[in-house]
Amino acid sequence: MSHTELAKQPRRSLPTGQIFIGAVKGLAPHLLARNPVMAVVAIGTVVCFGLTPIAFAQGENGGFALTIALLLLATVLFATGAESLAESRGKAHAGALRKTKGELRAAKLNADGTISNVTADSLRKGDRVKVVAGELIPADGDIVKGAASINESAVTGESAPVLREAGTDNSGVSAGTKVLSDYVIIAVSANPGESLLDRMIALVEGASRQKTPSELALSVLLSMLTLVFLIVVVTLVPMAAFVGVETSAVMLVALLVCLIPTTIGGLLPAIGIAGMERALRANLVAKSGKAVEIAGSIDTLLLDKTGTITLGDRRATEFAPCQQVPRQRLRDVAYLTSLEDPTPEGKSIVTLATELGVDARLSEEADGATFEAFSAETRLSGVDLTSGRKLRKGAPNAIAEWVKNQGGEVPSDYNQVIERISRDGATPIAVAEGKQILGVVALSDVIKSGIAEKFAELRAMGIKTVMITGDNPITASAIAATAGVDDYIAEATPERKLALIREEQASGRLVAMVGDGTNDAPALAQADLGLAMNSGTQAAREAANMVDLDSDPGKLISAVEIGKQLLITRGALTTFSLANDVAKYFVILPALFAASFPALGVLDVMNLHSPTSAVLAAVLFNALIIPALIPFALRGVSVKAASATELLRRNLLIYGLGGLLLPFPAIKLLDMLIALFI
Amino acid sequence: MNDMIAIYALVALLSVPLGIYIAYALSTESNRLDTLFGVIEKPIYRLAGVNSQHTMTWQVYALAIFKLHVGLILLAWLVFMGQGLLPLNPDGIPGMPWDMALHTAVSFATNTNQQHYSGQAQLSHLSQTFAIVTLQFLTPATGLAVLVAIVRTLLVAKPAKVLKGVGNYYHDLTRSVIRVLLPLAAVVALLLTWQGVPASYQAAHQVDMLDPQVEETQSIPLGPVASMVAIKQLGTNGGGWYGPNSSVPLENPTPLANVIETASLTLIPVALLIAIALISGRRRLMMGIGAVMIAFSLVSTSVVIYSERMPNAALVELSQPGANLEGKELRFGTDLSALWGSWTTQTSNGSVNAMHDSFNPMGGMMLMMDMFVNVTFGGIGVGLIGFFLYLMLAAFVGSLMVGRAPELFGKPLETREMRWISLAILAQPLVILGLSALTVAMPGTAANSNPGFHGLSQVLYEFTSAFANNGSGFEGLGDATPWWNLACVVALLIGRFLPMLVPLAVAGWLAAKRTAPAGRGTLPMDSPAFMGLTAGVIVIVNLLGFLPALVLGPIAESVVQGF
Repeated sequence: MSHTELAKQPRRSLPTGQIFIGAVKGLAPHLLARNPVMAVVAIGTVVCFGLTPIAFAQGENGGFALTIALLLLATVLFATGAESLAESRGKAHAGALRKTKGELRAAKLNADGTISNVTADSLRKGDRVKVVAGELIPADGDIVKGAASINESAVTGESAPVLREAGTDNSGVSAGTKVLSDYVIIAVSANPGESLLDRMIALVEGASRQKTPSELALSVLLSMLTLVFLIVVVTLVPMAAFVGVETSAVMLVALLVCLIPTTIGGLLPAIGIAGMERALRANLVAKSGKAVEIAGSIDTLLLDKTGTITLGDRRATEFAPCQQVPRQRLRDVAYLTSLEDPTPEGKSIVTLATELGVDARLSEEADGATFEAFSAETRLSGVDLTSGRKLRKGAPNAIAEWVKNQGGEVPSDYNQVIERISRDGATPIAVAEGKQILGVVALSDVIKSGIAEKFAELRAMGIKTVMITGDNPITASAIAATAGVDDYIAEATPERKLALIREEQASGRLVAMVGDGTNDAPALAQADLGLAMNSGTQAAREAANMVDLDSDPGKLISAVEIGKQLLITRGALTTFSLANDVAKYFVILPALFAASFPALGVLDVMNLHSPTSAVLAAVLFNALIIPALIPFALRGVSVKAASATELLRRNLLIYGLGGLLLPFPAIKLLDMLIALFI
Repeated sequence: MNDMIAIYALVALLSVPLGIYIAYALSTESNRLDTLFGVIEKPIYRLAGVNSQHTMTWQVYALAIFKLHVGLILLAWLVFMGQGLLPLNPDGIPGMPWDMALHTAVSFATNTNQQHYSGQAQLSHLSQTFAIVTLQFLTPATGLAVLVAIVRTLLVAKPAKVLKGVGNYYHDLTRSVIRVLLPLAAVVALLLTWQGVPASYQAAHQVDMLDPQVEETQSIPLGPVASMVAIKQLGTNGGGWYGPNSSVPLENPTPLANVIETASLTLIPVALLIAIALISGRRRLMMGIGAVMIAFSLVSTSVVIYSERMPNAALVELSQPGANLEGKELRFGTDLSALWGSWTTQTSNGSVNAMHDSFNPMGGMMLMMDMFVNVTFGGIGVGLIGFFLYLMLAAFVGSLMVGRAPELFGKPLETREMRWISLAILAQPLVILGLSALTVAMPGTAANSNPGFHGLSQVLYEFTSAFANNGSGFEGLGDATPWWNLACVVALLIGRFLPMLVPLAVAGWLAAKRTAPAGRGTLPMDSPAFMGLTAGVIVIVNLLGFLPALVLGPIAESVVQGF
């Protein structure tokens, strides 16, 4: 899978200067206002800077006020820097793809039939462009005429060419990919700024990014907690005055900042962007952040058999001759036709023939022969030997046609053989020599290795898997049992897929499905997560809320994992952030009242050096925990296949209990360090 | 110790059958109780012109609560102000000032029973029996009605039929009063009468003093006290006939009466756990909630008992070392006073058998913490409703931690729900700390009997008690002033209706959404881990916010005293 390769690619070194500039730019008031927690820290920073000269003028500890102000500034910068870092990583991926596009030129077909040469940026939705072999496709679109093999490596990283053809379920093309053969006419499907690439970039752009639903709800919660602690600190002033305890304004700001959830508040945007970026790195383009998020909550996965459960490439498993044709002859001819066949199917025929004892010297017969490659037009491939023998293999009806054209006849048991093979869940490939049809090669599904374990994991996570296949029920049930899916739909039609999705949704489940054809569009739109193949038709890509550039249906499982990871990271850091408060209380409260009420020192359970060092240590911890957790926020927590009960227990233990305990030794350590300097 | 065991045993033994009975009595299925109680209920519906079978949406349900309460508050307000002119006033008690009458009306209409007056001296028999006792029945019944409505809408694991709304308020209210509160209160009233609590409409008795040199005669106020004390204890009300509440022998005459009254504090709130388990079919969930509540309760009670066994710092040099008996009835001692004190603050009851103001600082702080939490069993209905509010918050965080978009019982919790849940939670520190800060900032309004740390505790306690709809007080406070009356009215109303109606609204909103079936991937709300999370959320969100104020109040007081 190319996305895993991409993920493994060494990351380019990060543009540090750019990130710092991004962090500083994030201080703009209108941007800070998007994040109430950090806005409060920023206001606290300004207040402390303001108090510094006053403190110096009054001969008080101005250095303390200044240090707190600088630490708070650092806290805000760490938060905006985290966002900027996540953003730059996301853009690095999307931007590389986009670069190729800007310089493209396109041959636009005008209404009067003339062709004008325009820049790719000027193309509008609905425009038609002609792209010939060797050219780059200028815009996302749909092939409306012709068929071509296309190199999509610029988008997917996969260099093997793919076939795209008008009027089929494989008519979609992306900007920046290269036509290798033939020519095609493409209907442009997106205005400038609306292409998949543009959408990808918008999802990782901090300033214009739409918050996802659960991120919004979490922001509400964090704002509430911020307000609670604001009330706590503000009301503390008259209460302290009433009992005759003096409070320092700088100390109060420090208390406030330590209590409000700065850790999660500071990292929340970065977590969201990083989630999108992880999806991008898997070559999944979500049309909205919501799509990535909803993937985590999916209850039912509708998976296409081909490409997900079985390898897209079928493998030859049987030579089934017609009438009196000897099996060896069918084997030999099939072998000869496949010698130069680059497709996995063709190679598997050679392998099977060799296993069944084909004479290796037979290949000499093909010396100097002309091979005919498979084309979408003829749906045949084969070889013309120097001896004059014409050997062909291909789709059964195409072969029948070919034989008839040469005056031959179709054997009486031809259809029977084909039917039998189809019934077993295999695909028949007919083989002919000249006027005679020799028989049929059965190409069978190969179940992907490791897929059964994957389904077991999904089951452990509480996700139901349903296999969708056009196969007959008998074949389907055999494959379903081997692969270990929970359920299957055989002879699936788009209508049946749609009905199943509605049924599952009616029982409250969230459903995800994969599709590529125009007739999949209603089901893709109905599904809570519709993943379209990038190779699919325009209608399918339009209806889906996520597109896979690799056109790999198995990606649906990655999408679910990425969604879960995004949500768990948010939950874990929220818990951690809140649990931290307990320790900070034990540091700041005794320090706050220490000056005018030393007896409260008994609350200082950590036996810190001095009130000043204690507060500095707490604020420093509060600031440093943000960059310390940035890698964690960007990478996401590790998602192991486990039931929700185990996940909850483990995460509570790590982030809840860990969050409760960690600050005690950390603050003590920082206090000891600070004590060395003051 | 024997009394303590008897009280715990009584609650444990009686709450189970009572819970089963309540589940049966409030069931939506028709049963034999309908025929029995229909005789009383049907004429009431006819008289009130109510179609009890009409299902209300949550908005209509909330509106019905609003209308009834506005009416009740106005009526009670007029009665308290005009009692001097009204009948059943054998002692010729004059009408209340408007502000105190308003505070009293709101206080009783919110199941709080915070009293800025002294009952026997400032309320006529009409005010006590007609206004006060009516509210003491209707308000716990309202809590119970809303709880049942929420459970019906949100919790029932396998609903028999699709509900169009949350239920019918008048139906739920009437059944709660007629089937649950009235029969139970009748039994307890009889038991208390048997123990010697007055039950009479006579005027105060004038009796000759044994030592006429002090005073020639003493006036002993009487009234239908036993019936009021029964519902005061059972209905998480707390407002007594007499100013000193259940510490006065007329309200709490014997050790047995004290056992009955203490057990009555928690009886219905505990029984409701069982009732809701049966109504909703979520036994494991309710067991989990019960476990959290019991844990909180045991911690709180232990701390208060321990604290009151310690000597009173003010008397250390003056008397024999011993437990803190200041402000306590010697016949109860410290343990039974501490048990009552912690239970009355856990259950939002607010009746007292000792002076909370005189508790040692740690004990007094624990009572405040009970009221901050306010869901350790809590008030009738509202205790569980409040717990659900925290459950919603925990479910939000918990769902994220298992990698799902936030859900509650399989229904998505979205921004609208979180906004209101947040508001309901925010209201508590805002009202309590805001009003406390305002009060101490304005010279002369606090009217507290102590300066310094304990003075702050008194102010904090008063607003906490009002917001928690508890009603007890650190009674050194001179709270019979317009400022205290009006400020408390604000706290009472917000503290009652926001945390009660927000979960109802959330239940109504969630009912319209899809329900994801529970499975291996969904948040296990009945697991110990989730209950641990909920308990953590309660502690962190609730107690941490008040810690600085507590440091300046009881903790500072305690530190100064050398504990």
